[in-house]
Amino acid sequence: MSHDAWLVVAICGIGTVALKTTGPLLLGGRDLPGWVGGVLALLAPTLLAALIVTQAFAGDRVLVLDARAAGLAAAAIALALRAPLLVVLVLAAAVAAGARALGWLA
Amino acid sequence: MRAAAPLAVAVGLFGVPYGVLARDELGIVPALVFSATTFAGSAQMAVVSLLGSGGVTAAIVAGLLLNARYLPIGISVAPSLPRPLWRRVLTAQLVVDESWAIANRGGGRFDGRMLLGAGLVLYAAWMLGSAAGLVGGSLLGDPKRLGLDAAFPALFLALLAGQIRDRLSLVAALLGGAIALALVPFVPAGVPIIAASVVCLLGLRPVSRA
Repeated sequence: MSHDAWLVVAICGIGTVALKTTGPLLLGGRDLPGWVGGVLALLAPTLLAALIVTQAFAGDRVLVLDARAAGLAAAAIALALRAPLLVVLVLAAAVAAGARALGWLA
Repeated sequence: MRAAAPLAVAVGLFGVPYGVLARDELGIVPALVFSATTFAGSAQMAVVSLLGSGGVTAAIVAGLLLNARYLPIGISVAPSLPRPLWRRVLTAQLVVDESWAIANRGGGRFDGRMLLGAGLVLYAAWMLGSAAGLVGGSLLGDPKRLGLDAAFPALFLALLAGQIRDRLSLVAALLGGAIALALVPFVPAGVPIIAASVVCLLGLRPVSRA
């Protein structure tokens, strides 16, 4: 097992460092052509939206509606009311925890 | 930096169950090295749980796929990272979803100092949490009981709200979310996020018409 453990740690570690390093190594410190700026500006909203839906609704290759969705909905309401970030995060966690404690949602 | 504190608590608490699980599947030293080099909760969690069900190859593939988003994320922060090269490459290792998101200043720009500062705080929290789980075991219990898993999408939603500046960014967010959601049942975890990133090619539209 420990042999496999080091193999997994080494490949995933080296792979992750390579993934994180590629962009900054190839693109950093250089003036980028204008069209790249337009693409990069949209990368953040696109990836954030993808992170939200996968972290809130993804199970193991299945879409699920559980307490995370309730927490996210509470966060959306708090954001619409212009609540501070800390309040939004605590509220999301509290609503999800509450829904689980009451047995309403998994 | 104040923005990073609640995130650090959440990230640290998520390190604990990773540590608990990793102690059996990897052993203490490899598990700590894993946290230090890979520094990505979702990928590490997936790897240790897949090792538990027997597949070394499956665990490696899942870990790499889950971290493949760091290729586009790395590209997005590249222009904002400090010089010289060695500082840029080191700072890039500290970029995780949460530090990337709170350092985002919109319009493709990132706060380089926030990337570094928040990255360091989150790195310390992740290492501490992992170590606590490896040593202290299961005292904390399941962080899901505290609803902590709902705090992460809530964070990303809060940050997305600040990113929607015009119709194009709204369309990109909606399309990106829809693509990711639609793919979840059909592809391994991590792939939906990569696939969604093609939406940013909408930015190739000439600015005058946007």
